[in-house]
Amino acid sequence: MTYIRPNFRHPDLPTNSLGLTRKDYEGGLSTLCAGCGHDSISNAIIQACFELAIEPHKVAKMSGIGCSSKTPAYYLGKSHGFNSVHGRMPSVATGANLANRDLIYLGVSGDGDTASIGMGQFTHVARRNLNMVYIVMNNGCYGLTKGQDSATTDKGSASKKGHPNTFESIDLCSLALQLGAGYVARSFSGDKHQLVPLIKAALSHEGFAFIDVISPCVTFNNVPTSTKGYEYVRDHLSATGTFDFVPMRQEITTSYPEGTTKSISMHDGSVVELHKADSSLDVSSRREALSALENARHDGKILTGLMYLNPESTDSHNMLNTTDIPLCQLKEDKLCPGNAQLAFINEALR
Amino acid sequence: MHKITSVNDFVIRFANVNGSGSASANNLFAKSVFRLGIPVSPKNIFPSNIQGLPTWYEVRVNEHGYLGRRGGVDFMVATNGQTLKQDYDEVLPGGYFFYDSTKNLPHGFERKDITEIGLPLTAITNTEYSDPRQRQLFKNIIYVGALAYLFSMDFSVFTDSIKQQFSKKPKLIEPNIHALELGYNYAKEHHTDACAISIERRNNVGDSILMDGNSAVALGAVYSGATVVGWYPITPSTSVVEAFEKYATKFRMDKETGKKNFAIMQAEDELAAIGMVAGATWNGARAFTATSGPGLSLMNEFIGLAYFSELPIVLVDIQRSGPSTGMPTRTQQSDLILAAYASHGDTKHVLLFPCDPRECFEMGADAFDLADRLQTPVMVMSDLDLGMNDNMSPPLKWDDERRYDRGKVLTAEDLDNAKQAWGRYLDVDGDGIPYRTYPGTHPTKGSYFTRGSSHDEYARYTEDGDTYAKGMQRLLVKWETAKTLVPTPHTRLRSEKSRWGAIFFGTSTHASYEAISSLNKQGVAIDSMRIRAFPFQKEVKSFIDNYEMVFVIEQNRDGQMRTLLINECGIVPQKLVSVLNIDGMPITARFIAKRISQVLSNENVVSLQTAETEE
Repeated sequence: MTYIRPNFRHPDLPTNSLGLTRKDYEGGLSTLCAGCGHDSISNAIIQACFELAIEPHKVAKMSGIGCSSKTPAYYLGKSHGFNSVHGRMPSVATGANLANRDLIYLGVSGDGDTASIGMGQFTHVARRNLNMVYIVMNNGCYGLTKGQDSATTDKGSASKKGHPNTFESIDLCSLALQLGAGYVARSFSGDKHQLVPLIKAALSHEGFAFIDVISPCVTFNNVPTSTKGYEYVRDHLSATGTFDFVPMRQEITTSYPEGTTKSISMHDGSVVELHKADSSLDVSSRREALSALENARHDGKILTGLMYLNPESTDSHNMLNTTDIPLCQLKEDKLCPGNAQLAFINEALR
Repeated sequence: MHKITSVNDFVIRFANVNGSGSASANNLFAKSVFRLGIPVSPKNIFPSNIQGLPTWYEVRVNEHGYLGRRGGVDFMVATNGQTLKQDYDEVLPGGYFFYDSTKNLPHGFERKDITEIGLPLTAITNTEYSDPRQRQLFKNIIYVGALAYLFSMDFSVFTDSIKQQFSKKPKLIEPNIHALELGYNYAKEHHTDACAISIERRNNVGDSILMDGNSAVALGAVYSGATVVGWYPITPSTSVVEAFEKYATKFRMDKETGKKNFAIMQAEDELAAIGMVAGATWNGARAFTATSGPGLSLMNEFIGLAYFSELPIVLVDIQRSGPSTGMPTRTQQSDLILAAYASHGDTKHVLLFPCDPRECFEMGADAFDLADRLQTPVMVMSDLDLGMNDNMSPPLKWDDERRYDRGKVLTAEDLDNAKQAWGRYLDVDGDGIPYRTYPGTHPTKGSYFTRGSSHDEYARYTEDGDTYAKGMQRLLVKWETAKTLVPTPHTRLRSEKSRWGAIFFGTSTHASYEAISSLNKQGVAIDSMRIRAFPFQKEVKSFIDNYEMVFVIEQNRDGQMRTLLINECGIVPQKLVSVLNIDGMPITARFIAKRISQVLSNENVVSLQTAETEE
């Protein structure tokens, strides 16, 4: 069964600097459950790409397997997408990125896809600092196989099945920080005012940008006993601070009183403006970020917002010293040494 | 006692301790024989260990050009106390046992049918050198010098080799030559007429080269434009990627920027290695991985994804002895069935079987054209014997007019000019191969969602059984197309009335040809077919149909090639008789000849005095 959106469009829909409307960034109709947090994240991705005026065909949508990994079909319909195998999106994204450094790599994954079967690949793509955005749609359960606990299910949390989880949960933000990710954030699918700028800043970051988005599973894990239901998350949110994302070329017109903001310039010329009054977290300190996460955990809070940003981080290509031209565009003249060189090789082997 | 007497036709084995520096000395010997114009076939028999365990280096010297293992040892150079008795017992009657005579041979070494040649290696090095490391290294060079005398070899070929080897470290030339002379002179003084084996200069190697298959396949990948490598270290495939890096660093550095026109990523495991290859080929780069059996097992899921979503991945499998960890440093041809049908569900994959370094180079390059043309995984099935040993081979060559065949890829212009709706999995040409687009090609056209779940001709998700079945049937049409593109088998007819055929491939080739020739001399004509690829072309079945019985010669326990032939060509199983070697050592000509004669004798078709009596 295929879902195709109707092609109607209001003539007065706002356009971005490319002359595209928000509709140009949409995909097929979602087949997820009504009210699924993942659909809100898809919408935030659409909004972020629209507002940044990204050319849709310059985005490569990567995913693994699971409810979350189905979502690339629901946004950016003019982008190529790759729904790979369970837990292996990072390696596919790595190969794709090595082949063509000019595209934007937007990977989405779930808590099962990342924290269990894909844990190995997640950790290694982070430590290689691959230039990509990695969003985990974290609902603390396996939705597509009907609600089993995942590795991010909090200890003591009980899903619709009613059995409290007895195992420790994995905090993906702490892990990403330890692994050297240059951009680490957490958000909530129900807070698009926070999520959209976080995605925009992540897209502008050069290197590995990780966003863990708590995204309630309305069908299996949205009960009062769960720590990943809408109600619980709303009641326990604690933000690191509000911030604006100012894309490159746009005049900075801060809405905060002078002296209360801190600006961080991104690699592409964009600026992240942090509103200092909201929080004392210094996002340039990995150590502070780790301790803020630990403190929130201790207090039973869900810390959201930007945790850490290192605008100086360098990506895999720079570490490997690969050429600026995408490798997939090189032709015989750059790649093939020719028969004359073989004559030398043969001679050395005699 | 009858001494083994021969000119340019014998087997010498060096018994050493791993990590003692013997490899380069042994290599010096083999290379010197080669430079005297005599075909040579060295085999490294090494342990899964870095230092301390026994290792052997076997060199077959054969002026007729037989390059497979013959079987048996005529001359043993025994420098390893751990295996001294075993090595002693292994020498063929009439053969020679060369040992370190600093100490007498212990009790129990009392063969009367071999010639013992003692040389006090330890005593000489203790006198000559004070540094323990030098003592060890030069001990190896000293025995090579002694061999030069014993085999009456032209000494200048050794000094020339040393000069060439150390052209960048000239300080080392003189001490090495001195060590050679120490051995040479001692042997001359003490063992004047001890050895009846000799090496005389010939002109029988032509323009051949001596190269390991792993370097050759890596060079093929460089020439064919591979830019992305995802890999995980595993013996015996590691040197494929090391060689790729070496050659790419030499030929692929951008002159202006000093940046690399290639990217090698060491993955966290084999799953990630092949995942990187999948992602890179999806994105339009040529990419490959190299692995061995355990890695291939791990890569199965991705191979299925690449088959079903039609990605041109290239995988080089340097086979080793399985199952499981098996014997990691011993050879085998035992990944055939795993590779041919890798991954769950209905899958079949293109396999290439090189038999020498030139074919490694050619197939290493052709694999990328085939994969791009067919949009499917292609695996180069080499093995430890071919990959890690120096093999004599015709020289490598490249046609500078050759252009990469990137297959059916649509450009932005193609998409703009298209008259009908494009479908990623639509078979427009009837050859089962659809057209694809690279990500980022066109602002509004040509995007699609690549997936391993069932899809229709337009790459849309579907659970419609008929649509799914149609897609699976189309992949079989593509399989038929593959048969027209993969390398054809090589057939050799020995007689117009041959009643028997033999099929072999890869590293079973040289020993098979030699065995068939020796049987032919005794009046047993066996026609042969060397298979070079899977899927099998029609001529494979016709070949088998021509004979009463066909021997299938391979290096695994279960006759995996035989199974593929029965399964794919619909052959009556009884017609295919296996000749199988599974000890992890390269198959020998004597073994093949013996097994074939046994079968033919049992069938009462012929009474043979074959090579078995030689063993």
